[in-house]
Amino acid sequence: MPGHLPSTMLTQDSDSRPYWEGLRQGELRIQRCDSCAKAVFYPRAICPHCFAEKPSWIVASGKGTIYAYTVAHQAFGRFAEDVPFVVILVELEEGVRMLSRLLDAPRERVRVGAEVRVTFEKVEEDLTLPYFRLLE
Amino acid sequence: MTQRRAAIVGVAESDLGRTPDKTVLQLQQQAARAALADAGLGFGDVDALFCAGGWAWAPNLMLAEYLGIRPKYTDSTNIGGSSFEAHIGHAVAGIEAGLFEVALITYGSTQRSDRSRGHGSYTFKLTEQYEPSFGLPTPVGAYSLAATRHMYEYGTTSEQLAEVAVATRAWAAMNEKAMMREPITIADVLNSRWVAEPLHLLDCCLVTDGGGAVVVTTAERAKNTRKAPVWVLGHGEAHTHNTIANMPDLATHQAAVASGQAAFAMAGLTPAEIDVAEIYDSFTITVLMTLEALGFCGRGEGGAFVSGQRTAPGGPFPMNTNGGGLSYCHPGMYGIFLLIEATRQLRGECGPRQVAGARIALAHGTGGVLSSGATVILGKD
Repeated sequence: MPGHLPSTMLTQDSDSRPYWEGLRQGELRIQRCDSCAKAVFYPRAICPHCFAEKPSWIVASGKGTIYAYTVAHQAFGRFAEDVPFVVILVELEEGVRMLSRLLDAPRERVRVGAEVRVTFEKVEEDLTLPYFRLLE
Repeated sequence: MTQRRAAIVGVAESDLGRTPDKTVLQLQQQAARAALADAGLGFGDVDALFCAGGWAWAPNLMLAEYLGIRPKYTDSTNIGGSSFEAHIGHAVAGIEAGLFEVALITYGSTQRSDRSRGHGSYTFKLTEQYEPSFGLPTPVGAYSLAATRHMYEYGTTSEQLAEVAVATRAWAAMNEKAMMREPITIADVLNSRWVAEPLHLLDCCLVTDGGGAVVVTTAERAKNTRKAPVWVLGHGEAHTHNTIANMPDLATHQAAVASGQAAFAMAGLTPAEIDVAEIYDSFTITVLMTLEALGFCGRGEGGAFVSGQRTAPGGPFPMNTNGGGLSYCHPGMYGIFLLIEATRQLRGECGPRQVAGARIALAHGTGGVLSSGATVILGKD
């Protein structure tokens, strides 16, 4: 299990609560604009593409590809023990990018364009995080 | 040359490197005093204050009170390391509008002595809450993601990134204020330990203390300052994102594209007319992406552009002539040092590292995680 920040260091708010609640329920929730139909992540009260208000919540498929990655060999605080570990920018099928960790991947298989799928890890009683694994 | 709107008339650093006995206020006092003396001015002449930093709730209020000045114009724009290039643009606009006459721009940091990086008991809120759970070391990890994408799209290599570090170190060898002056080779860079793949330790800037100051004034007052004025010919600024997941295209420094286009258009100049370039080098990849964005080479051609030590002393493209953030100093937000070195090059004050005949210089700051860009083009009479 990767190191993580305690939930007390993450200040949830009325933009983000449905996202965090979704993770607890095993859903990767993102938003989609009712006006321009583009996906939005992180959650917010405005569509950054067309400026319409209140994008709607949808449940993402959880599938995507690696857009970019890095292997961290030096990390801070609660993550120092994890090195080396792979951090990825995932491009979700819906068209938004999110940062995450790639778990259990041999180094030689970590490449831009590789297909990945979300996996939910309950790291605290009330905190679940979305990590990714390579899709076989 | 285009119209003379305002000029840089004073520049200075504070003590650099490791300054455990100095506060950020002392460093800025020291740099500001020296920059004003460089201009032949004093604290009593300052009527506008520009600074950026996370060391106080309202840094301008604290610094102005500490110095005993009462500015009638103030600006604490903070867009990361590029803030000071943005301040130049704001200062020139304010001077042109007749709002003030003598602008003091300062920066100071004791980050090396503080070892202030790291999470501590910080609380991540608002749009910061989604990314830190994954442990990406920042900012280096975000630049590593961009480097991976640049390599994927354009075939950029680690050797090409290393060219920047090697050339920059060769300039540092000629700057007695530089922290790292021993020559290095491409093999040294490639053999240095990984920080975050594909960036090695020697692809990364230093972590130092230090401060700097720049004085900008009107064309009229610049006639009577101590040294020849360095004219602000063009400036531009832009920012595109804050979190790395929201960067529109990780292989393109879009903020620099926008700021560079604005600055060149204002100056009526082209990249080919720049004699010396001071390009923010938080990491080697930052430089490659900035050179492409500013139009010194085509998209994806940054690696080839810096190969063969083209940016080193004696090469066709003198760049980061003080030794840069990679080898000279990097106290967190490095942008003010780009302006100091560009000014000194145009004045001919750089001794062994002087670029012969330099008449037009460019300083480009990058802030955040390739989030902001601000470009300043300077020239002399």
